Amino acid sequence: MLLLQIDWSFLLEKSVLILVIVLVSFGVAAYATWGERKVAAIMQDRLGPNRAGFMGLLQPLADGGKLFFKEEIIPEGSTRTIFILGPFLFMVTALMTSAVIPWGPDIHTAAGNVISLQVADINIGILFVFGVVSVGVYGIMLGGWASNNKFSLLSSIRSASQSISYELAMGLSLIALLMMSGSLSMREIAQQQHGFWDGHWLTWNVFKQPLGFFIFMVCAFAELNRAPFDLPECESELNMGYHQEYSSMKLGLYLFAEYINMFISSAVMVTLFWGSYNFPGMDWVAAHTNAIVFALICVIVLMAKITAFILFFMFIRWTLPRFRYDQLMNLGWKGLIPLALFNMVITGAAILWLFNK
Amino acid sequence: MNFLLLAAEQNTPFNYLPIALQLLIAVGFVGIMMGATHLLGPKRRTKDKLINFESGIPSVGNARQPMSVKYFLVAILFVLFDVEVIFFYPYAVNFRELGQEGFLAVLMFVGFFLCGFIYILKKGALKWED
Repeated sequence: MLLLQIDWSFLLEKSVLILVIVLVSFGVAAYATWGERKVAAIMQDRLGPNRAGFMGLLQPLADGGKLFFKEEIIPEGSTRTIFILGPFLFMVTALMTSAVIPWGPDIHTAAGNVISLQVADINIGILFVFGVVSVGVYGIMLGGWASNNKFSLLSSIRSASQSISYELAMGLSLIALLMMSGSLSMREIAQQQHGFWDGHWLTWNVFKQPLGFFIFMVCAFAELNRAPFDLPECESELNMGYHQEYSSMKLGLYLFAEYINMFISSAVMVTLFWGSYNFPGMDWVAAHTNAIVFALICVIVLMAKITAFILFFMFIRWTLPRFRYDQLMNLGWKGLIPLALFNMVITGAAILWLFNK
Repeated sequence: MNFLLLAAEQNTPFNYLPIALQLLIAVGFVGIMMGATHLLGPKRRTKDKLINFESGIPSVGNARQPMSVKYFLVAILFVLFDVEVIFFYPYAVNFRELGQEGFLAVLMFVGFFLCGFIYILKKGALKWED
């Protein structure tokens, strides 16, 4: 019965929004590869890509185009179906997480319509993100196993055990935040951080949960297999990583999906901790512009924060050395999990007895 | 009460429809990319090209050999602890309604969590060097 009531304009609106988000994800991922090479070049006193277009800005297009025209190789010893399924699953899960992120406030048009800049406002928003991220591990695991290559297998096992270990601390670090917000919905958490100053304290969650944010961020680095936790991809030990046997666009999908994951996890961190699309003085701006311009400014603010995070990810990569495997596991299990539990208990006690809310 | 109403409003199958739509678009997008590269790329397979890469050395045996049990141990511990972490979530969302009594009950649960945690540490389940 429910299906009969579907509003077709609603479906169209959502389809357009999803297409825009998917294309923007690809665009950001492509230019993140350019950005990474430029950042690396600047930090190492080199020039970086500067041949294709102005400042090498066409480099990502050239790289992407090249990957399409390369030969696909599926090694003889590999399990064919799973070998193809690996990158497919990894990319699909990378594209799915963006569904619950609010990209801007609701637009109330003059005609009385409400246009939402969030694909799906579900009440389990954060759990959805965790669920999809967990499925992402399968992409790496299947790809590494199906290759039937010792290096790939070793890398995928490392990656899986690293991801699941840090998922625990990641889940725990958010509980303190949820105690304050009382909701799992990303949109509600974003709205609670309205403006910058509520008369008593700063509204952004990072100023209320600095320890929770720190744990979440470290876990995000580990989940993304980014330096200093890039053990699954360390060239000096494993040649290349779980995508060693992959070529052409299948390799491209793995590499792009990693950058899309970086973009999305930056967006999640900004939404949960750094005030989402909110900025100081937003009430004044809202009163002096119309709804569409205001929403556009909010989206730009969100994108600026996300870009800052992506740059931070890159600076860290070219600054810190890699962890050893036992150090990585010790940090995750013996360091971050007890710390996150401690943070949760302290937050609960503080809210109950100190602020008495 | 207001909270419950809000939860009900957000929890109809209708809310999940856009997610199904996004899955469809994502699958389509990735499918087209993989199909395009399959059609566009050259196909000149040779025997040497299809051998698994092993740093240029002739590969020895199958890669799918028994591996360290430590990895499996981590996976099992993850399942155990992740279930416990998930139990915290409904509590955290209803934290304010449950008040002090609920908090004391959860402190007990944290105690059990820590007991299990200290047990696996003492057992050496997370020791990586022999």
